[in-house]
Formats: sequence, C-alpha cells, structure tokens
Amino acid sequence: MTEQHTANSDISAGAIPALLIRGLKKAFADVRAVDGLGFEVHRGECFGLLGPNGAGKTTTIEVCEGLNEQDEGTVELLGLNWREHSLELRQRIGIQLQETQFPDKLTVEETLRLFRSFYRHGISIDESIRTAQLEEKRKARVGGLSGGQKQRLAMATALVGDPELLFLDEPTTGLDPQARRHLWDLVEALKRAGRTIILTTHYMDEAERLCDRVAIMDHGRVIAQGSPQQLIATVGGEDIVEFAVSASLAKEAAPAAIDSGSLTAIPGVQSHRVSDALHQLSVTELHTAVPLIFAELKQQGLHLTEFRTHSATLEDVFVRLTGRNLRDE
Amino acid sequence: MNNNSSAGVRSLQLSSLYQLTRIRFLLVLREPEAVFWIFVFPILLAVGLGIAFRNRPADVLPVAATTPPLTQALAADKGLAASQMDEAAGRHSLATGKILLLAVQQPGGVEYVFDDTNPDARTARMIADRAVQAAAGQRDAVHAQNLPVHETGSRYIDFVVPGLLGMNLMGSAMWGLGFAIVEARQKKLLKRMVASPMPRWQYLASFLLSRLAMLVIEVVFFLGFAAIVFGVPFRGPLWQLAVICVLTSMVFSALGLLVASRAKTMEAVSGLMNLVMLPMWILSGVFFSASRFPSVIQPFVRALPLTAANDALRANMLQGVGIQHLMAPLGILIFWFVVPFAVSLRIFRWR
Repeated sequence: MTEQHTANSDISAGAIPALLIRGLKKAFADVRAVDGLGFEVHRGECFGLLGPNGAGKTTTIEVCEGLNEQDEGTVELLGLNWREHSLELRQRIGIQLQETQFPDKLTVEETLRLFRSFYRHGISIDESIRTAQLEEKRKARVGGLSGGQKQRLAMATALVGDPELLFLDEPTTGLDPQARRHLWDLVEALKRAGRTIILTTHYMDEAERLCDRVAIMDHGRVIAQGSPQQLIATVGGEDIVEFAVSASLAKEAAPAAIDSGSLTAIPGVQSHRVSDALHQLSVTELHTAVPLIFAELKQQGLHLTEFRTHSATLEDVFVRLTGRNLRDE
Repeated sequence: MNNNSSAGVRSLQLSSLYQLTRIRFLLVLREPEAVFWIFVFPILLAVGLGIAFRNRPADVLPVAATTPPLTQALAADKGLAASQMDEAAGRHSLATGKILLLAVQQPGGVEYVFDDTNPDARTARMIADRAVQAAAGQRDAVHAQNLPVHETGSRYIDFVVPGLLGMNLMGSAMWGLGFAIVEARQKKLLKRMVASPMPRWQYLASFLLSRLAMLVIEVVFFLGFAAIVFGVPFRGPLWQLAVICVLTSMVFSALGLLVASRAKTMEAVSGLMNLVMLPMWILSGVFFSASRFPSVIQPFVRALPLTAANDALRANMLQGVGIQHLMAPLGILIFWFVVPFAVSLRIFRWR
C-alpha cells in the first residue's frame, strides 16, 4: 500500500509541485495572520519565505506543516493534503520548528535515536550526526551544547526520516555570526544533495545566499515573488546611494530641502526617495553617477553630512515595496 | 539464530514506544532531585516515624501522696513511682506535669487529684486506687494473670508503612507526569513531537510504561526496607499486593495527566497538583486512620483514590484480605483511572 503510493508519486514527481498553496487564509481571534496567500515550490529548490516579524511567515509554514489548520484555501504537499493523508505526510516531510528545546539531560545520540524511531524509512544515526557535523558531540548532553549546535541538532532531527520536503523555520535566529555561517554551509550541502527546502527568515542576506526563489511577505500576503536576482533588479539599479544634506556646514544644521527632479535627471539615477531626512537613490552606473550627484548637490548649495553606497539587496526591495525597513518592525 | 536476535534488537531500537519509554526512564534517573523524592524520602520518613512511635515498655507513671502510709501503698505497685509531698507542692507538680496524680489523705478516705482527659492520668488513677485498696486489705475476687505479647502488625509502624507507600505512589506518579509534560509543552517539545510521525498515544503510554518500570524499583526498595528493618508483615499474597500497587500508580498517573493536560506553566501545574494532593494527604489515612473524621464527611473521604488505595494496601499487608474481598476500594480506584484518563485524552493540549 505504502510502497505503491511512493512509486506513484515518484513517477509523477515532475508534474506535482513539492508544495502548492492557493488562497490561504488564517485568522487568530480577530487578527488576520494570513490573508489570501499563494505560491508554489518546485522539487529540488530552496524556497524562502521572507518578511518582518509578524508578517505571517510562521503561521503559513505551520499550516504547511499540518500544525495549524487553514480557514480557507488549498495547501498540498507532494500532491497530498493534511486532511486525508496526514500519516503519510508526517513520514515524508522533515520539520525544524522555531525555539524547540530538546531535553537537556539526553545526549545528542539519544535524541536522534528517539526521532529516528518515529520514521519507517530514514538515514542512520551516524549519517544524521555526520550531516549535522556533531560527531564530537555525539555523547554530549544537549544541555551543554552551544546555540549553533542545538540548532544543528534540531536540523538533524528533521533529517533522520530522509524527508522529501524539509521545513526550516527561522533556522538562524538568535545565532552568532559564525554559527549562522556554519548553518548556511549545512543548508547549502543539503541543497547540493537535491533536497527540497522551505525556509522562513527575516534576514535578507540569508535569503539571498540560500534561496533559489523567495516570496516576500507583509501583513499576511505575498507582495513579491521570484529569484533574489530578479527581485533586486526590480529596484531599478544595482547600487543604492544614501546621503543626507544640510544648507550650511554647521554641525547642528537642519536638513535642507532638495530638488528631486534634478537628481533623477542625472544619467544612471533610477529613483529617489526620502525617509527620516535620509535620501536614497537607486543607481545603475555608480562610477559615473556619483561625481554627477556631488556636482548637482554643490550646485544646489547643499553640504553632505552623510554619504554611503551599497549593492542593492532584498532589503531595498522590501523598502521599495513597503516604504518601511525590515528591522524597524 | 544470531541473525534473528540481532534483528530483534534492531527492531526494538527502532520501536518508537520502546524509545519513548526508555528516554522517560533515563530522564527520571538523571534528575537527582527526583531520585531523592522517589527513593530516599519515603525511607527517611518511615525511619523517622518508626523511631518516634516505637513501642516502648509500659511506662512507670509518676504519682505523689500527702502522707507516708499512702505513699508506701502507692509505691507497692510496680506501675507507679510514688513520692511524698504536701498538697500545695503536689498541686504545683501536677500543674507542671511532673506527676500525673496526687493522692490526698482526707478524714473520710482518699481523694485523687488528676486530669481526667489525660489517658495516662486515668491509668494512674486506676492503678493507684487498686494499690490503695490492696493496701487496705482488698483481695481479688478472681485470680488473674498477665501474659504480655507484642504482635507485629498492630504497631504504628505497621499501620504507617502502607500509608506511606500509597502516598509515595501518588506523589511520584503525579509529579513525574505532571512536571514532565508541562515542561515539554513549555519548551515546545510537545509541538515538535507531534510535528513528527510519532503516534500520540505512544507518547502518553510511554509515561505509564516508564512509571511501571520505576514502580518495581520503588516499591521493592521501600517495602524491602520496611520488611527488613521494621519487620512489617506481608500477610496477603504478594502478587495481589503488586496488582494494588500497579493500579494505584496508574490511577495517579491518570490524575497527573489530567492535571497537566492543559497547564502551560510550571506554576500553574504545581498549584493544581497541590490542590489535588493536599486533601488526600490529610484525609486519606496516611498517618492516622481516615475513620477518625466525622461521619458527615466519610462518604467524601471514602471516595478519594488515596483512601481506597491505603485501605486496600493495609487490608492486604496487615490482614491478609484476598483481592476478591476488596472490590469496593478497587472499584473506586478503577473509576479514578478510567475517568481522568478518558477526560485528559479528550482535552489534552499538544502545543
């Protein structure tokens, strides 16, 4: 029975998306956490759900994981749904939740052995320990692990069942930079091995580095979707110039008004916006545009109090779409 | 053959129920506090109570009299230690508890001054009167002889050991389940477990199974100690005692499950647990017989699971009553297992 099911899904694997969501809605009391959301995840891709805290990422992923039931809409994993195939699905997906604390007094190996026992098929304990790079901590108690090691253990518990679909909810939140990079290496290794991964994050750099495609979420909806490169291209320039000006050189000088039209007339400058007296230009030809920007400001009799440039990121995509910064939330 | 057994070991390793039970067991043993409360504490309590309430040889009761002949008459009885003092000094000694009875020589006879609400003083009154009457020439109408026996089974320690066993079965099951489940819920471990293919019933069953494994150690350890050190009797069949222990433990596991089924914090579950256990510590005849409570509340006291458990344990151990005559307490226990378990399965919060 089960064998047959697996065989069927293998034959049609190409046609059936790993995850399909249509018109998903979910409310808690009177808060609409997810409000009409849809996307598809293909097999073998790493898909990122991106957005500020409270955008509805965790609600969405928990509906996908079968931990929450949707109010409306379709959710299909590997062509199956939770209502009819929950036992089958539990066997075929792997889940890492936000902030699970495994018992401190168990060892890494005991914890993995426990989770392995829940799955009919899966990888060996040795392999899961190797994949999570916890060989040296095999006999160590969970209570003594670092934050990064605990997170890798959580990842290993999601991998022991050799899942066709892997969910990672905010896998690097709260980790120090080194532990984050370590975890990224791990996810990249899983991607190379061809696993389908769905992850949520509010770190744009994480999504840019790990994800083949992302959906940017805000207020329970998807506001943009595509590969990180495609989305960044929608900002209109590869680089972002940020500066602040004043009418005099005095330190306490008030920010001065600026003629926006003459700035966007500069060749290479795609757009101009102001937030909190900080001007942002998206720019295509940075090397020719910057001298022209300097000249224009000088001509308007303005003095620079701040000036910097960076390559456009998904962060800038979010700012352009919502007018808000991600970290403001 | 070899192949078979290694495949057996492997499937045991893979069996999720086995793994869950094993891990529950390990987690209890790795918690030093739990080991203390489950194994050491009841023994300390039994030792303390055994010392405090040991049966001493019959005390010699201190009394006094106001005249030398009367003092001599009292001193003739081995059960009394008599001294002579005047009435004022005697009343003072009486008031400060140095003597239990003062015999005052009056013109028309003897007057006994004593506190008639104190059992020892009443005893002193009886012995003193007998001594005085004997000194005056009274003879027993019937010849009587004493033959003292000190029967095990009738001492306080014999009474209290089954009570402590019942209390311990209640405490370890309720704390064990209640805290472990709420902690797992609080740490989002429960949510992680149900996100895996683990069958939910196995998670709950693993608590009961590990409790059974713990029970064997716990009960054998405690009763073994009581038998060797205090010579507490085991008059009923041991397998029936085991049945009562298992049933009792399952009852309180179910109650622990119920108490923990929705609580989200340790504080909440501690409060609930005390609310459930405190009345039983007092009412259910752990340290003294539950029949001492007024008859108005007896139906309530009798319906408590710990009362039923203690009654059944005492009947088995002290009186050797067969299980077929214990249907009333066992029925109460079965009720307290089935109802809380069914309710908690229904209302259990997995996240």
